[in-house]
Amino acid sequence: MSTTGVRATARLTARADGRGDTALPVLESHGPLALRRTRGSGDEARVMLVGAMSGPLGGDRLAVEAEVGEGARLHLGSAAATIALPGQGKEDARYDVRVRVAAGGELRWLPEQLISACGSDLRVSTSLDLASGARLVFREEQVLGRAGEEPGRLSSRLTVRLDGRALLDQEVSCGPGAPGGWDGPAVLGGYRALGQLVVVRPEFAERAPEPRVLGEAATLTPLAGPAVLVSALAPDALLLRRVLEEALAGLDG
Amino acid sequence: MSRATLLVLADGRFPAGGHAHSGGAEAAVKAGLIRGAEGLEAFCRGRLHTVGLVSAALAAAAALGVDPVALDAAADARTPSLALRGASRKLGRQLMRAARATWPSGELDVLAREFPKGAHQPVVLGVTARAAGLGPEDAAYCSVYESVSGPAGATVRLLSLDPFDATGVVARLAPEMDRVVRSAVEAGREAVGGGVDVLPAASGPLLEIGAEVHAAWAVRLFAS
Repeated sequence: MSTTGVRATARLTARADGRGDTALPVLESHGPLALRRTRGSGDEARVMLVGAMSGPLGGDRLAVEAEVGEGARLHLGSAAATIALPGQGKEDARYDVRVRVAAGGELRWLPEQLISACGSDLRVSTSLDLASGARLVFREEQVLGRAGEEPGRLSSRLTVRLDGRALLDQEVSCGPGAPGGWDGPAVLGGYRALGQLVVVRPEFAERAPEPRVLGEAATLTPLAGPAVLVSALAPDALLLRRVLEEALAGLDG
Repeated sequence: MSRATLLVLADGRFPAGGHAHSGGAEAAVKAGLIRGAEGLEAFCRGRLHTVGLVSAALAAAAALGVDPVALDAAADARTPSLALRGASRKLGRQLMRAARATWPSGELDVLAREFPKGAHQPVVLGVTARAAGLGPEDAAYCSVYESVSGPAGATVRLLSLDPFDATGVVARLAPEMDRVVRSAVEAGREAVGGGVDVLPAASGPLLEIGAEVHAAWAVRLFAS
């Protein structure tokens, strides 16, 4: 049986309001994707993505589109983990994130984990387009299966462009049906949580942090541009978060 | 195309410096992730479908005449590890020297001038294939084969693994190598009209992490 899932796109736009604050002229929730403005700090607007339903389920097509204008500062978080679940049909689910950040704009995108539940099939595509002079902190964490459960099928592509040129382009595929060797010693090696933290700062063009080993399966490396990437694998979501938070604190400090 | 020319380029004795690199096998052996033929096979299979596919697609696209400067930038974006970018450029520079001496070509000269410190190895490989009169499939085969045979050969030295077992691993992966070559060439053809963003970006997190861990060691047998 083929079912038509939910189709929803949430949109938000952040603009500097000219009085030292960030306004949100567009804040459109849609279907299961609800956006709520919460108290920010300083000139930063803070938005929470609140999942109003469970999912994405197989067949769903969900998207979040965000634009951060010149000089605006946006912090996006989420209220809870996103759990990819099987749908009634055999169709996969899609979750697309499309973000643009203008020169002098700053985005901190720090949502909760994405959990790939047994039997689910989700394709995530994240496309971050930065103008030269934009700032970014982007974290993504994927957990393969709920506690004690086999993972679903998950593929996730993350593309970061700076001034129209790809700075980072990475795709991870795992779970049943993924290309061979995904759980082997070249890819995930039995770890069940993986995460990335991308930090783009114009000042890294002058001096980027040196490569660093952050633990048993976590490293920081400068990219070919004013940016660094922290890649981490961990046995579970909690240990993964600890590594990524320490790395971010190190970069912010 | 000439099958004999393909063998010259694919030969492990072609003087392009590949023998000094383990393709991440040294780090995986040290971490206890490869202990024998079984672990080597799982490692090579994962490598084949990630960096193997990406490198082969870059090589096929370069062999089809896609702009090598754009391909080099695409390789940078698909290689977050600084250590791996360095290794790939070093291998590219060494391949360039051997290629220019073997199959002199204007396109190789232009690429060498554009990247005096070395372009990414798969890009140089693709342009070399053009210079040698080979096609995108040949370039992809060289790349895919190297992505598996490199770590297999290195593991023989690192673990004193029986060379018959290591060769058995590579031979068992042959049908999968054929499939990866087909996808890589298809992606390379798409890049001719669609630009380099359509190329695959499959990554192996442990390869990227292991490469940085390996680069931090004081003493190592292989360069990467």
